[in-house]
Amino acid sequence: MPKLEEKPKVLLEEFRVKNAPDDYGMADEKWSFKKFSKNFRIVIVRMDSSEMEFDLIGIQPAFSNAFRRLMLSEVPSMAIEKVMIKNNTSIIQDEVLAHRLGLIPLKADPRLFEYRPEDATEGTEFDTLEFSLKIKCTMNKSQPKDSFRTEDLYENHSVYSSAIKWQPIGNQASVHKEADIGPVHSDILISKMRPGHELDLHLVAVKGIGKDHAKFSPVATASYRLLPEITLTREVKGNEATLLQSCFSPGVIGLDTDGKAYVRNARYDSCSRNVYRYDAIKDAVILSRIRDHFIFNVESVGAMTPNIIFVEAVKILRDKCKSLLDELNSF
Amino acid sequence: MKISELPGDEDSGVTCRTYVFQNESHTLGNALKCIINKYEDVQFCGYTVPHPAESKMHFRIQTHETPTLEVLKRGLKDLQKVCDHTIDLFEKEVKDFSKA
Repeated sequence: MPKLEEKPKVLLEEFRVKNAPDDYGMADEKWSFKKFSKNFRIVIVRMDSSEMEFDLIGIQPAFSNAFRRLMLSEVPSMAIEKVMIKNNTSIIQDEVLAHRLGLIPLKADPRLFEYRPEDATEGTEFDTLEFSLKIKCTMNKSQPKDSFRTEDLYENHSVYSSAIKWQPIGNQASVHKEADIGPVHSDILISKMRPGHELDLHLVAVKGIGKDHAKFSPVATASYRLLPEITLTREVKGNEATLLQSCFSPGVIGLDTDGKAYVRNARYDSCSRNVYRYDAIKDAVILSRIRDHFIFNVESVGAMTPNIIFVEAVKILRDKCKSLLDELNSF
Repeated sequence: MKISELPGDEDSGVTCRTYVFQNESHTLGNALKCIINKYEDVQFCGYTVPHPAESKMHFRIQTHETPTLEVLKRGLKDLQKVCDHTIDLFEKEVKDFSKA
């Protein structure tokens, strides 16, 4: 078997996507943890409290896909699950209102809570958060004379998520801080009302996973793509160079002082195959992607930072293996 | 119980089995298959989710000699090791990144 080049590639040709001819898809080699841990690298590119970009290099697609799937659908978070409606005289129907409330992201850290047992009818302080939403729309007595804006005419005309008030149960008030529990955003519009309309709701939030309902998913997006690589096979100059530059995402192709094109940064290329439209330059480039270089993008909804979400995801897979092993050992 | 065996392989010894995992799907199936397929002596390993509405996953292993149960256990152990290594490496990188 010919020696595989250091980086396994997929070539993006004009009419097809092709593996490199000496590439046997990493499937032939035998499993060795030593080899895996030697080749595997993680590079963090960008990270803040809500978004993160990092690279997993030298890993099987099956693993990176498992991590992605876990982040989306098996890492838990807290969300409003039950809404007791004591009074709702607004236009929005009870069930629609309840659904809207369910989708509001909560700040509460799911790691501090337990799953509510399936047969439990009453929640405890360890598995439940309770909130109330009591608001009434009235005429604004002190409205400016010549204004007809609804915000000026009525009090509480728009109901925002900031109106949701936490009702600690049991010992919760001493364990958690109020600032760490409620909605992530205070300006999510829940409903619009007119004088006489009233909401009086009791909300119950529990811990759940995205597999059950998307509202429990801790990420807004979690995705990966392969690292693009662009190679220029010959010199491209002048008008051709500007044309080449315009075929790629901004910043990907640079022009040096002689007007010669060079690849500045292929990472953020969209991998469109625009170059192949121009016969003059299509022979000058090889478009490819690195098959074992995964660029992850994780965007948190707000309860946990993205780096914690990733670690939680991997922990879930590990614990799955552990519990299955325990079961198999007593087979 | 989360794991059971599909009947039908009793007469062919310990070298081929289909295991049924309850409440598992492609997440575990594909990752585990990927590891086990790279073992020496494994003739075939594959998984299927027979129906999208039923949350179960069928996992088939055929070997030349090794008992499939051993192979499955080894696969789970190796996957666990991969996870542990990923967590350690990731946490280290996060620490280094926040320091810089």
